[in-house]
Amino acid sequence: MLLVPCPNCGPRNSADLTLVGESEPRPDPAATTPVEWRSYLYEEDNPAGWTRETWYCRLGCGRFFVTERHRAENRFRNPPLGPSGEPPGRT
Amino acid sequence: MSPTRLPARPGEVIDRDRPLDFTWNGRQVSGFAGDTIVSALAAGGCRVFSRSMKYHRPRGILTADFWDPNTLVQVGDEPNVRGGHRLLEAGMQVTAQNAWPSLRFDAKALTALGGRALSAGFYYKTFMRPRRLWPLYEKVLARFAPGGVIDPDSAPRRHEKRYAHPDVVVAGGGPAGLAAATAAARAGARVLLVEHEHAPGGHLRWGTKRERALGAAVADAARTVGVEILTDATLVGRWEDNWLAIVERDGAGGPERLVKARAKVLVAAPGLIERPYVFAGNDRPGVMLSQGARRLLNLWSVRPGDRAVVWSANTAGDAAAADLEVAGVAVEHVDARAGHTVVAAEGRRGRLERVVLSDGTRLEADLLVTAAGWTAPTSLLNMAGVRPVYDAAAARFFPAPPGAPEAGTVLSTGGVSGDGSLDELVGHGEATGRLAAARAATLAHRLQGATAWAAPASGAEPPFPTDERTPLGRDPHPELYRSSTDGIVDLSEDVSSRDLRHGAAEGFDSVELVKRWTTATMGSAQGKLETVNTVAVLAEATASTVAEVGTTTWRPPYAPVTLGALAGRMFEPVRVSVLHDLHVAAGMTPIGAGQWIRPEHYGDPQAEVRNVRANVGIIDVSPLGKLDIRGPDATELLSLLYVNKWRRLAVGSVRYGVMCAEDGVILDDGVTGRLGEDHYLMSTTSSGAGTMEVWIQNWLQTEHPDWRVRVTPVTDAFTSVNVAGPRSRTLLERLVDGVDLDPEAFKYMQVRLGAVAGVAGCVMWRIGFTGELSYELHVPAGYGPHVWQALLDAGADLGVAPFGLEAQRIMRLEKGHFIVGQDTDALTKAPTAGLKSLIKLDKEDFTGLPELRWALEGEPGAGGPEALPRLVAVQPTDPSYVPPEACQIVATGPDGKEQIVGRITSSRFSPTLERSICLAQVEATHASPETALTVVGTDGRRHRAVAMPHHAHFDPAGERLRG
Repeated sequence: MLLVPCPNCGPRNSADLTLVGESEPRPDPAATTPVEWRSYLYEEDNPAGWTRETWYCRLGCGRFFVTERHRAENRFRNPPLGPSGEPPGRT
Repeated sequence: MSPTRLPARPGEVIDRDRPLDFTWNGRQVSGFAGDTIVSALAAGGCRVFSRSMKYHRPRGILTADFWDPNTLVQVGDEPNVRGGHRLLEAGMQVTAQNAWPSLRFDAKALTALGGRALSAGFYYKTFMRPRRLWPLYEKVLARFAPGGVIDPDSAPRRHEKRYAHPDVVVAGGGPAGLAAATAAARAGARVLLVEHEHAPGGHLRWGTKRERALGAAVADAARTVGVEILTDATLVGRWEDNWLAIVERDGAGGPERLVKARAKVLVAAPGLIERPYVFAGNDRPGVMLSQGARRLLNLWSVRPGDRAVVWSANTAGDAAAADLEVAGVAVEHVDARAGHTVVAAEGRRGRLERVVLSDGTRLEADLLVTAAGWTAPTSLLNMAGVRPVYDAAAARFFPAPPGAPEAGTVLSTGGVSGDGSLDELVGHGEATGRLAAARAATLAHRLQGATAWAAPASGAEPPFPTDERTPLGRDPHPELYRSSTDGIVDLSEDVSSRDLRHGAAEGFDSVELVKRWTTATMGSAQGKLETVNTVAVLAEATASTVAEVGTTTWRPPYAPVTLGALAGRMFEPVRVSVLHDLHVAAGMTPIGAGQWIRPEHYGDPQAEVRNVRANVGIIDVSPLGKLDIRGPDATELLSLLYVNKWRRLAVGSVRYGVMCAEDGVILDDGVTGRLGEDHYLMSTTSSGAGTMEVWIQNWLQTEHPDWRVRVTPVTDAFTSVNVAGPRSRTLLERLVDGVDLDPEAFKYMQVRLGAVAGVAGCVMWRIGFTGELSYELHVPAGYGPHVWQALLDAGADLGVAPFGLEAQRIMRLEKGHFIVGQDTDALTKAPTAGLKSLIKLDKEDFTGLPELRWALEGEPGAGGPEALPRLVAVQPTDPSYVPPEACQIVATGPDGKEQIVGRITSSRFSPTLERSICLAQVEATHASPETALTVVGTDGRRHRAVAMPHHAHFDPAGERLRG
C-alpha cells in the first residue's frame, strides 16, 4: 500500500485517505456547456506519467490537498500543496 | 508398518519424555512432542500418506516440510493441513485425503489405467458439450475433487490482526537472515525477523554438529540484540513502500494472526528450495529429496529407509549420503556430476524396489534420495519489481542486479543471492543488515522531515547509503531437470512432463499458457518445487532454453493464507444512542441502520402509528446528522449547498432543503434552522451525516477557502427526540420553560431555544416528518435519558408511548415524504422528486446548478424535464395487497409488448387508511393523476394500481401538522 504525503500528518497509508481525483478547476456554472461540465465531472486524463491529484486525509487531519503523482511508477513528488493548489503553510 | 525411530541422537528436536497419542485413519498411534504429524507417522513405519489428485497414485514423503505436496492431511474438522509442517498435538484425529474407500485400496486409482483420457485439458475438452449435461458432469466431478472435507458445523476460530512498524524486516531465519537481522539491530534498527519453520536456523538445523552449533549461535545473537523473531510465520506479500503481510500460523502459541507491517527496508533471505528430478516413477513412495531425508534423520531421528540409492549433484546430496550411512542405512552413492542419471524408480503397490540408472544398472533399494539442484524463491523480490534472470552455469535463477530506485529498499542475502561458505554467507548477511539499517535511518530522517507535527529532523538528511557489499559467488551446478523418461512434474496437480509436451504441441507454448492449460504450478506447493522443471520441460519441447522461456510471475501470497486470517477481527464500530439502554428495557426489537443500532419497534408498529395519530408518541432520532454552522459567510455556504434560497430565512425559522451533487442527483435533505444572524443548526439524514460533513469540507477547503465560516459536527452532542401527535403540545407545555408554545407564537417551521424538563440549552423545532403536530427536541446528550423519562412520566395520562423506526417509516409514507436513498437512487435528479419549485435557478451558484438548469430548461439534443422519471404516490386497487419494494411497474408499449415504466420504491400497509400505500418512480408519461398502472408481483402476477394526485396519501393539505 502506497504512502501518501499528507502535509499535516506526514506519510500515511493510502487506505487512510481518499483519492478525490485529478485536480481540475471547476468550470463557471453560469457559462459552462454540457460537454465541458461533463468532462469535468466524469473524465480523467489518467496519464502514464505525472498528474495533479486531490487527496482527502480521511482518517487523519481531514485536510484536502493537491499533490503530484506518477501514475505508472506510483510515486509522489514535490511537497504537497494546499487544497486550492497554494503552497503549504496556510491554515 | 515397521518402526523406524532411531535411538536418541544429538540435535534431534523431539522430547522423548513427552509421548503424544493421536489417531491415523482411526488407528491409535503415538509420537513425541516436537514431531510433525508426518515425522511421527514415518517413525511408526508409515510410507503412504495420500493419494494423488488426478490418478490417485499412492504418495509418500518428498520434502518433509511445509511444501511437501504429498502429505496434506485432514486433522479433525480442518482440511488440507500440511502434515510435514504441523506439529503433533495429543488427541489429534488425522486422516488421509483423496483416498476412498481406504489409503491402501483406492477405487479411484482405476483412473490411472485410463490415464490417457485424463491428460492435460481433459476437463476442458470432455465436459464442454452438450451443455445441458453439465449439472450431471458437475455432480460426478465433485466426488473426484481433491482435498479434505469441510465441516459446516466447525466451531469458529479466533483470528487476530496486528500492525507493526519496524525499520527492517528480514524474511527468512537462516544463517544469512539471522546475521542480517543481528547486524541491523546492532546498528540501531528495530528489526522483525520472519521464519517459516518452527525455529530459526534454516538448513543448519538439520546439518552437521558444527553447522547446528553455528545456527544456534546466530539465533542466540539475534535474540540478544533484541530482534523480534516470529516463527511458524510467513511473509506472504510485499506491496508499495514495503507494506508487508505476514501470517503467523495457528500454532500452540496462539491464534492465527495477520501482521501488517510497514518496513523501511525489506531483506529477503528465503534461502533455496530443493528441486525434484523428473523421471519415470519419480512420485513413488520412497523417492525423496535430500533435504527431506536429512530432516527426517537429523531433526526427528527417523530412518527413512533400509537400502538407499543417493543420486547427488551437490554437497547437500553428499551430506545426505553420509548422514544415512551414519544411521546404519546401506547406501549406494551415484554421482550425477560424473554423468550418471536416474531413469526409473520401479516397484509394486506403492513400494520402491529398484532404481534404474542411465547405464542400465539396476539397484535394489527402498529409498531413492535425489539432489538435483535448487530453486531460488525470488517471489518477494519479484513483487518489488526485481526480475529473475537465469544462469545456466549455476542452473538456477538469480535476482537481476538492482536497477530501479525502489530496489534500494529491498535487499537480498543468503542462498537466493548466491553461494559461499557458511562464513561468506554470514558475512554477506551482516553487510546486508548494516546496509539495511543505514538506509532505514535515512528514510526515517526523510519521513520525519515530511511530517509537520513531528519533532524537526535534526541535521541534514544523510545521503542514501550506496551498496558496497562484496557479492556472493555462484557455484557451478549441472542442469538437471528431466531424465530420458517421463515423470510427474507437478506432484500436487498430477501434471506429467508428457502433459506439458502435449500442451506445447497443442499450441500452449508459452510458460504462462501451458501453466493455465495443464494447471502445473497451481497446486498446494504453488510452484516452489515445480516451476523451474515446468520451464525446463517446456524449453525442451519448444527447442529453446530455460532462459528464453523464462519463469512464471510470482504473485502474492507466497504461502497459502486462510480466509479467516484475511478476515480477522472486524474493527467496525457499532453506534448506539445514549437512550439505548432505555430502549432495551422497553423491549425494543433492534434494527441495524448504517453503523447504528436503533429500535425498529417496541412490539407493534401498527399500534405505535395509531397512538401517534390519536395521542402522542416519542421517537429517538439521535442518529440524525447535525452540523453547527457559524460565521459571517454561513448563509453563503447554505446557498451553495442547497438548491433553494436561504438569505431571507428569518432568525427563529427553519427551512427544508435539498442538496444535489454536481451531476444534479439528490445527495441529502433535511431541515436547517437559523439560530442567530450568523449561526445555523443543520440537520442531515442519519445515513448521510458523515458524507455531508466531508462534502461540506471539500467545498470550503477547495473552492471557498476565503469564506469565514466554521462547520462543527454535533451529531453526538445532542440527544434528539421527536415528540409527535395531536397531544404533543399539551405534553410539552408541562415540561418546557422559557418558550411560548402557543400556536401563534411558535409556528410550524420555527425554531426556539429553551429548557426542557429543567435542562437548559435545548433546541426545539416544529416540523412534521410524520405529518402530525410535532416538535423535535435536541437536548445536550448527557441529559437525554432524563428528558426521555420525563416525557414518558409527564405524558402518562395523555397516552404517550415510544415509537420506533418502522412506525415513523409508515407515517412518513402516509404523508408522502420521500427518503433519500430509498425513494431516490444514484440517478434521481431533483426534478424527479417533485422539487421543481424548490430549485432556484436564478441563484448565482449552487452545487449541481448547470445540470439542474439543463434538466429543467431542456438541453440541446436531449430532453427537458419530461425525460426524467417522476416520483408519485401509488395505491394498489386491492387495498390488502402490499407490493414488495422494488417491484416493477409495466405498461404496454407502442409495439404491443409489455415494457418497464417504473418501480415501487416504498410500500407499507397504512393502519390509518387501512389500505396499502406506495411511492414509486415512473416515467413522466405514466405519472399523471389517475393513471392506471400494472405492478408485477414477485410471483409474476399483475396487480392493478393507480397513480395519485399528491405524494401525501393522508392529510395532503397539511392541516394536522400546522394545527
